[in-house]
Amino acid sequence: MAPFPLEIFFGKFGAYLVYLFIGMAFGAVLEMAGFAHSPKLAAQFYFKDMTVLKVMFTAIVVAMTLIVLASGLQLLDFSRLWVNPTYLWPGIIGGLIMGLGFIIGGFCPGTSLVALATLRIDGLFFSLGVLTGIFFFGETVDSFARYWNSSYLGRLTIPDWLGLGAGPVVVIIVLMALFMFWGGEQLEKKFGNLNPPAPKWKLPAAAVLLLAAILTVFIGQPSAMDKWNKIAPQKEAALLEREIQIHPGELLSLMNDETKNLVMLDMRPETDYNIFHLRDAKRITNEELSNLAIDLLNEPANTVIVLMSNDEEPATTAWKILTASSVPNIYILEGGINYWLDIFKNNEFTKSWDPQASRNEVLTHSFPAALGYRHIAADPDYDNLKDKLQYTPKVKLVTKVRRQGGCG
Amino acid sequence: MTDKKTIVSSAKPYMNPYLAGILLGIVLFAAFYLTGNGLGASGGLNRIVVYFQDLLVPEHIDRTPYLLDLAGGDKNPLDNWITFMVIGTLLGGFLSGMLHKRVKPMTAKGPNISVRSRWLLAFIGGALMGYGARFARGCTSGQALSGGAVLSAGSWAFMFAVFAGGYALAWFVRKLWN
Repeated sequence: MAPFPLEIFFGKFGAYLVYLFIGMAFGAVLEMAGFAHSPKLAAQFYFKDMTVLKVMFTAIVVAMTLIVLASGLQLLDFSRLWVNPTYLWPGIIGGLIMGLGFIIGGFCPGTSLVALATLRIDGLFFSLGVLTGIFFFGETVDSFARYWNSSYLGRLTIPDWLGLGAGPVVVIIVLMALFMFWGGEQLEKKFGNLNPPAPKWKLPAAAVLLLAAILTVFIGQPSAMDKWNKIAPQKEAALLEREIQIHPGELLSLMNDETKNLVMLDMRPETDYNIFHLRDAKRITNEELSNLAIDLLNEPANTVIVLMSNDEEPATTAWKILTASSVPNIYILEGGINYWLDIFKNNEFTKSWDPQASRNEVLTHSFPAALGYRHIAADPDYDNLKDKLQYTPKVKLVTKVRRQGGCG
Repeated sequence: MTDKKTIVSSAKPYMNPYLAGILLGIVLFAAFYLTGNGLGASGGLNRIVVYFQDLLVPEHIDRTPYLLDLAGGDKNPLDNWITFMVIGTLLGGFLSGMLHKRVKPMTAKGPNISVRSRWLLAFIGGALMGYGARFARGCTSGQALSGGAVLSAGSWAFMFAVFAGGYALAWFVRKLWN
């Protein structure tokens, strides 16, 4: 499923070539729209020529509708797209500064490149200005780094923010854009002096766009289980052959391995968790998993995630959801907390675990009180125990396809 | 003004804005579909700046946390996808300009300011733009277009801020363009 790991397909140079071609198409379209000509861009701010608004918002709504449609049809994995993280106030302040620069200088960085390429001298001066501004930013940012990193809301999308599905948001934005186009044309009629002929396809194109947007509502977005069903044929084997269920001894060694960033997720009910849980294990519900997947994708490359339940079933479900969201290096604690306690509470170090036996996800060990992690088995003494434990290590770190920043 | 007239007489007219928008939308979608990234420009320019800083004052780079990320130690700041996107943008703009007979040395400006003031203001506006673009972690392409298309809440707030800033100042600098 797209997006593709380009470096693996074509090598580093080949991947860069793809970016070169995308850049060429980008530059060519900007030039064809007339964005190398600064008075045309500035006219936007005097309501004389709304080309900037029309091109920008048409591009955004077309790309957005295609992306949400492709994601709904499971042709594109939205969780692997770069979504600009929200740093609300630095973004707004930076945007205001850019607005001032736009009306004074007549370009934005992308359009000034195209102006430069078509030998506009104002484009050259603007580009030199951009380089200077960037230089000053690099030299001054460390003095206000704290502010610059403030109001961080992470990967926040408008559907998350509104609590709506992606489809309805697409329809709302398309309607808003169409309204803005209509309003822009009214303003052009009032303030502008050019009278461009309206193409015949304008209304049909708007209708197609709106229909496509409505279609995204009906298709919806794949749930984690839909995504799992799609990849199940390749991944199910690893589950059945028990390549990802790690022995408690291996988890103990991971807990004591400083070279790895271990994330332990406990899928059990709160009462069981309060009675006993591993030190540093975090309790997570199934509902929280899909949001968590995004955070886990941003963890460092040496991250190993281990899921656990009383036996294995809820942990296995969680494994499917996270795997479907492309989170790498996830493992399941073999036999769950019950097997862990057989070994580290009852000291049955050589006990084996039979995956075929029937179990019912009940905590089979009892404690005098709800101890949480205040029990010796929550953080067993690795140095004394490591020689008593026998297991085949299964954890192999896979490097993930890194999602890179939208503006590098 | 003479420049402008000759351009109008020989150059082909610009594309219909909605058609250009649809094409740009398809390019943007293709970028996300193929690479997982959107479009960008200022990030590439940033890396060019840092590249020259690294040539001239490498110790300074290693002492500044923000620059260290881009070019610390042996890291070449240009070894990044966005550099190639910037080169592509220049190439694509040039090719389209050639094809439509719009490549011509000239200064585009409003009728009431001199060429020199236009150059100076282009430089100042560019500097504000460059500073603001890094402040906002992306420019019109990397934040507004790309972030807008993947529905990033911050990118939409950013986009309205850019327009707000432009409209707020437009009346005061109307002599520059009208």
